[in-house]
Amino acid sequence: MALLRFFATHREEVTTALGEHVVLVVAATLVAAAIAVPLGIIAAHRPRLGAPLTAVANTVQTIPSLALLGFLIPLPFVGGIGPRAAIVALILYGLLPILRTTIAGIQGIDRTVRTAAEALGMTPRQVLRRVELPLALPSIVAGLRVATVINVGTATVAAAIGAGGLGEYIFRGLSMVDSTVILAGAVPAAALALTADGALTLAERALSPRRGRRWTRAVTLVIAITLLLVTFLLALPLRSRETVIVVGSKNFTEQIVLGELVAQALERFGGLEVERRLNLGGTFICDRALAGGEIDVYVEYTGTALTAVFRKAVAHDRHRVLETVRDAYARTGRSVLAPLGFNNTFAILVRRGDAETLGLSAISDLARVDDRWQAGFGYEFLEREDGYRGLVQAYGLRFARPPRVMDLSLTYRALATGRVDVIAGDATAGLIEALDLTMLDDDRRFFPPYDAVPVVSTATLLRQPVIRDALGRLAGRIDEATMRRLNHAVEGSHQDVSDVVREFLRDHTVSDIQ
Amino acid sequence: MIPRSVGSEGPAPQVRIACAIIDGVDARHAAITFESVSFAYPGRSPVLQDISFSIPPGVSAALVGASGVGKSTLLKLINRLLDPETGCVAVDGRDTRTWDRYVLRRHIGYVLQDVGLFPHQTVEQNVGLVPWLLHWPHARIQDRTRELLTLVGLSPDEFATRWPDELSGGQRQRVGVARALAADPPILLMDEPFGALDPLTRRDLQREFLRIQQRLRKTVVLVTHDMAEARLLADWLGVLDEGALVAWDRAERVAASRDPRVQPFFESPSQTLGTP
Repeated sequence: MALLRFFATHREEVTTALGEHVVLVVAATLVAAAIAVPLGIIAAHRPRLGAPLTAVANTVQTIPSLALLGFLIPLPFVGGIGPRAAIVALILYGLLPILRTTIAGIQGIDRTVRTAAEALGMTPRQVLRRVELPLALPSIVAGLRVATVINVGTATVAAAIGAGGLGEYIFRGLSMVDSTVILAGAVPAAALALTADGALTLAERALSPRRGRRWTRAVTLVIAITLLLVTFLLALPLRSRETVIVVGSKNFTEQIVLGELVAQALERFGGLEVERRLNLGGTFICDRALAGGEIDVYVEYTGTALTAVFRKAVAHDRHRVLETVRDAYARTGRSVLAPLGFNNTFAILVRRGDAETLGLSAISDLARVDDRWQAGFGYEFLEREDGYRGLVQAYGLRFARPPRVMDLSLTYRALATGRVDVIAGDATAGLIEALDLTMLDDDRRFFPPYDAVPVVSTATLLRQPVIRDALGRLAGRIDEATMRRLNHAVEGSHQDVSDVVREFLRDHTVSDIQ
Repeated sequence: MIPRSVGSEGPAPQVRIACAIIDGVDARHAAITFESVSFAYPGRSPVLQDISFSIPPGVSAALVGASGVGKSTLLKLINRLLDPETGCVAVDGRDTRTWDRYVLRRHIGYVLQDVGLFPHQTVEQNVGLVPWLLHWPHARIQDRTRELLTLVGLSPDEFATRWPDELSGGQRQRVGVARALAADPPILLMDEPFGALDPLTRRDLQREFLRIQQRLRKTVVLVTHDMAEARLLADWLGVLDEGALVAWDRAERVAASRDPRVQPFFESPSQTLGTP
């Protein structure tokens, strides 16, 4: 019911996401076919070439989709963020099934039929066009079907690099801990996969060898359309780069709120045209995107920049960290603007009930329970120097069991439901109150400061100096409590991000302007 | 007895136009001539060794021999599905290597044991294939297809639009024969054409083919391991044994041979031999 209501209220948005999803999948699968079918034909006639080709395609298939997208971001032409890189990834995933079935389809043709074709005087070209391809076509279409269904699923991950599509809802839902939103992405994606599967199964049957001869024209047409579509898509992200400011954000609620906040501030105070690339999959992706000019601005945290982006040692002085980071960004063509005001440090969280019964108030108290407790952390926390490893060292913690690894957005719910006992969340998380959690005091001052600062591409800043003034109006305006309130408005009360931000800007900054 | 032309030994370094006179038949007038032909598949021992014979136009010849003695390989050398390692094969007095292989194949009908009809084409399209390859006008192809279906005993109205999987084994082979004859090739190669059929159907088709051959007078090379079929359909007989042609003569003279490699074929007639 909640899902139906969601569809009803977000009809236009869902339609757009579905459309983006279909374009991603169709374009990628068609290009994959345009590559894999000719390769398969060659490989089928030269088994020595076929084995290594299949092996390469096999290897590509085993790369996890997020990792593949990560590899693609820094590459020129095919990479970056947005639909282009996503389509390239989906093409790579589509190759194997099509390649395999093309080879199998051609090699599976009755040898007598092939001999007859040759003996009657057909040229190799005629054998291919008149005999092999028509007979292998159902098998090729079967491969196309598998590739399409795989890609409908994989395309949901593409939202991590801002390619849009139904995955947007899944990521958004995960970060909002809202299963309705997750389903809003997952259900249409599943329906799409089933529809594609059904339609192509019908096509497979319709193309069974004895029907019609017109397929060559159809294939030519399909290839032509594909090329057009791809050219169009490749041209798309390049079109309006000069005038539009692209705002990025990572893939959790606060980042989306901050991204929206920056976007609206630029529109409102700077009179700029803004494109939103919110919900990108993490620090690394945002940083690469900013360095590569795919986005112009996003909000980073000084501590994250220090350790995760610039790989410097953990430091604890707020002011020094800010200056170090500002310097490091400046060297790499990026400018740090004035801090927004709040410090989103890591928060070591436990259930309020546990904190009260066991008398836990500081992180050092965890030493009393670490032999029994199960920790649960996001990937990023486990990887970072100022994360798990540093924490256990600084506090001398020895968890009996290795921490459970899960998406950051899932850890809060996992803690609240008792699946884990301690997590590392954000100090500004709206869920802290909503799920009745307690934040332990960082009594040994282990976590570095995480002041939120807008980071802008210096080139963009020089082109549009108004950005500095527009975002300057946000400086020091958002303290931890404000941020937690904004987060909760989106996460807990399910209010629309842009409404929340618009309201905030109206209430807190309009007076300054006038 | 057999004059060998210079350069017929060793891998043919260049294309030679003329094959010599063999067994009293001038190669220039023969439909098919083999001269000292040897062949081996890569990395294996030779399948055919020093084969020489020639077939005058309009004569039907049968090649018999046990399985795997190279009968099918020999057929494939005629229409250049394979090229000889040494020696020379000539069709219509011209070394096959001087023929465009596709032109050559369209000039020669080919009937396979398993027929090899194209499953994605109707009977009509299958029969009309070679005329289509030769760019005949559509109407002429259609007329020719109907004519041939009638010739092989299939009613065009009933069978033209059927698919191969809607035919019985015998009907399929009739279509195979019609397809081979479609562009009226002067030469017809038949590789165990009736081998996969049940004895009754086989006898039907053999008689049918005899009738067709008496009308059309093609040069026929029939490969079979069934001596009865060979004697029924062919004027000349060749016996292949371990890659060598151990007999090559008019059928009745081969039958009278005392050669221990030839005799067994006449001593143990297969079950299809007998009064038709």
